[in-house]
Amino acid sequence: MSKYTEDDLREELKTKEYEYGFYTDIESDTFPNGLNEDIVRAISQKKEEPQWMTDWRLEAFRVWKDMVEPEWANVHYEKPDFQGISYYSAPNSKPKYDSIDEVDPELLATFEKLGISLDEQKKLAGVAMDVVVDSVSVATTFKKTLGEKGIIFMSISEAIKEHPELVKKYLGTVVPQKDNFYAALNSAVFSDGSFCYIPKGVKCPMELSTYFRINQAGTGQFERTLVIADEGSYVSYLEGCTAPSRDENQLHAAVVELIALDDAEIKYSTVQNWYPGNAEGKGGVFNFVTKRGLCEKNAKISWTQVETGSAVTWKYPSCVLKGDNSVGEFYSIAVTNNYQQADTGTKMIHLGKNTKSTIISKGISAGKSQNSYRGLVQVSSRAENARNFSQCDSLLMGNECGAHTFPYIEAKNKSAKIEHEATTSKIGEDQIFYCNQRGIDTEKAIALIVNGFSKEVLNKLPMEFAVEAQKLLEISLEGSVG
Amino acid sequence: MDLKEKLVSSFLAFENKVDLDSYVHDVRSEAIKVFEEKGFPSKKEEAWKYTSLNKILKEDYSVFPKQENALDYKDVKKYFIHDIDSYKIIFIDGKYSSHLSETTHDGIDVCLMSAALNKPKYRLIIENYFNKAASKDSLSSLNTAFSSEGAYIHIPKNKIADKPIQVIHFSTGNESASLLQPRNLIVVEENSHVQIIERHQNLTDNPVLTNSLTEVFAKKRAIVDYYKIQNDTSSASLIDNTFIKQQRESIASVHTFAFGGKLIRNNLNFYQEGERIDSILKGVTILSDKEHVDHNTLVHHIEPNCESHQDYKGIFGDNSTGVFNGKIIVEKEAQKTNAFQSNNNILVSDKAAINTKPQLEIFADDVKCSHGCTIGQLDESALFYMQSRGIPKKEAKALLMYAFSNNVLSSVKIPEIKQRINKIIANKLGVDIGFDL
Repeated sequence: MSKYTEDDLREELKTKEYEYGFYTDIESDTFPNGLNEDIVRAISQKKEEPQWMTDWRLEAFRVWKDMVEPEWANVHYEKPDFQGISYYSAPNSKPKYDSIDEVDPELLATFEKLGISLDEQKKLAGVAMDVVVDSVSVATTFKKTLGEKGIIFMSISEAIKEHPELVKKYLGTVVPQKDNFYAALNSAVFSDGSFCYIPKGVKCPMELSTYFRINQAGTGQFERTLVIADEGSYVSYLEGCTAPSRDENQLHAAVVELIALDDAEIKYSTVQNWYPGNAEGKGGVFNFVTKRGLCEKNAKISWTQVETGSAVTWKYPSCVLKGDNSVGEFYSIAVTNNYQQADTGTKMIHLGKNTKSTIISKGISAGKSQNSYRGLVQVSSRAENARNFSQCDSLLMGNECGAHTFPYIEAKNKSAKIEHEATTSKIGEDQIFYCNQRGIDTEKAIALIVNGFSKEVLNKLPMEFAVEAQKLLEISLEGSVG
Repeated sequence: MDLKEKLVSSFLAFENKVDLDSYVHDVRSEAIKVFEEKGFPSKKEEAWKYTSLNKILKEDYSVFPKQENALDYKDVKKYFIHDIDSYKIIFIDGKYSSHLSETTHDGIDVCLMSAALNKPKYRLIIENYFNKAASKDSLSSLNTAFSSEGAYIHIPKNKIADKPIQVIHFSTGNESASLLQPRNLIVVEENSHVQIIERHQNLTDNPVLTNSLTEVFAKKRAIVDYYKIQNDTSSASLIDNTFIKQQRESIASVHTFAFGGKLIRNNLNFYQEGERIDSILKGVTILSDKEHVDHNTLVHHIEPNCESHQDYKGIFGDNSTGVFNGKIIVEKEAQKTNAFQSNNNILVSDKAAINTKPQLEIFADDVKCSHGCTIGQLDESALFYMQSRGIPKKEAKALLMYAFSNNVLSSVKIPEIKQRINKIIANKLGVDIGFDL
């Protein structure tokens, strides 16, 4: 057998097809293309929403109309035609199922292929799934267990009907409708998403997880997630995504809002593996996501993300450290290959006293991809004793890809302690040589090094998810991860 | 009439006044068009996100000095590094002052830009180098459009300039507000070596805005040491655009000492156009009052096997603000690049602010690039230790701050400059310590 080198790996990466590219044919209830006030009203009507929600959407739409797409990100792509997208699509086999047997078997097969069969998930360490296929939630499990604790975990459209007071109070408080172009668009047309409320002092006994899938041709998916952790509560929330392969660019503009009240803790983990486009850079998902969390006193929000998919990623999970002693964390692995482009990072806004934030970002670029870290650490003048540590490491494979770092650091308080470090390197020949010398072949060696490189972040993932994350890293860097 | 209109409309009058050959004329006409189109930069531009020129541009600047002013050497002696022998090119309100200066044509050319632009014997050099390194941004273009005077330094092959060259721009404040636009051209040929010290000094409280542009060409194995001393009055603002093009195996270093001025913006750009080049960018910034200093650096690694080292230290007191925006670009071909960047800051006052953005853009895989950036405070235990040994708090703080910036000072090659900087630092920190013990 010839020696496996980095070139072979690169070659393999180039030819590696997206494994999860398949398409389930479920009869869909789809709106005509385009967006205007009537469509917004129709979406709201379709979802049987109250008047205040319709007004809220319309307000967002009016703001969006006058906004322009942001261009500051280090990504280049053909802008989506926002009038060429259908803004609503829901699987037809309604109403809801009481048991898993009633679910469209084709849909179940889809999950099977993804390796996330509900049965298996049910058994697995008590993971409750709110499965989203093309916008409408079709299965919710473990609801009863959660219900006993007073935890509300349901789709956001249900929550609007059943818990309007909570939704009304918190929706749009962290990411306002006019926050940015994509957030405004999402606010106007979001079709579904998850809602989670953890009551005071409750520790959520299981990891909550949702799966987002993009399934129907030409429909953008606009998810809205709202997680509220009341005083002294704890929740770990998982989000994972895979999407079928297709040529047309698909738009995804999700908004995630986290609210951690006093002494609460939210852990939010994402594995994102949407279709990245083929080796020529054709197709792939556009992922423009706004994620932000608000920390009250002594609260903690931790973002962990593994980004391996999407043609274009534009994503900055942020923490507003409003309360004193609050903590924000951001752990990220972003892998780009072929023509993928990722501009991702975080914002840590220190407002309260004694606030702390940690940023660990690992970028791996291969092929002709561009991988950027863009982060902001801001310490306001009243944020005494703020502390930040940031580390951004990039690993380059081949000389046709690029790694970029754009850290913004703004300090207005003299007691702030901020550290930022960034390095860029490739897999060292000496490292591989060392491994070879000890009887580890080159393929294994590369796997070992990449694994080690991302370990800090992988370690932060919940156990159930770490398996999945490994799987996704494998797809993106097949051959390098053993 | 705002400043932009005033400048654009006075361009024609200016062009008529100076008799120039067609080459420079074309360059200038082109430049004024660029400026007219772009105007002054606003905060909306990414590169000017943290620095606003609005306030400064409101002054009614006189664009051309009306009269020639003279100064006595004894009055301004303190602004010179007077304890070393040096060549001097001195300008007063933008006009050359022959009695304060000491130029030469003996082996090397240390003279005036106006001479280089007008005399036929320099024609080739001007056509080869003038405006060949400067970028086409609006402020550089503005300088290019009005370029007529400044320092011209040419060191031929295999020559070592026998003494350092001081370039000092004084403004007398005889006009209520003046705009100065010096233009310098420095060409250092193969195997040659030069040391340059640059300073801008306002002598009164009348506002001065200096939009200076310096082009440096370092040829094969040339060594260029450039020291910028920025310790001006609170009415003086400086926009300093420096462009350095390096050829293979050359070493260029720029030390920027920013201690005062209303607003200072340093646009420092290095372009590495050969292999095994070393670029060194160092800076100490110590600010108080409402001073604002913005370091905007670019190192463009184009060829393989090159290095760059950046080290900027900042201490910010009172209401001062500091900006550091360092950009390193490593092109695909620039394998084996070793780029290092570090920016350390101390905030001494609650009202001071620092914005820093160390930026890496890397397209080559076999490189070592790192940047580090910190914002922090003086070590309490070190302060306590010194106080317990009888050093008053103020002095102890000053010592720590000096130690903090010493890394940058240690690479200064002219001891007299180091001593001078030490004195300025002591002065700035309000202590009477000779740091050169």
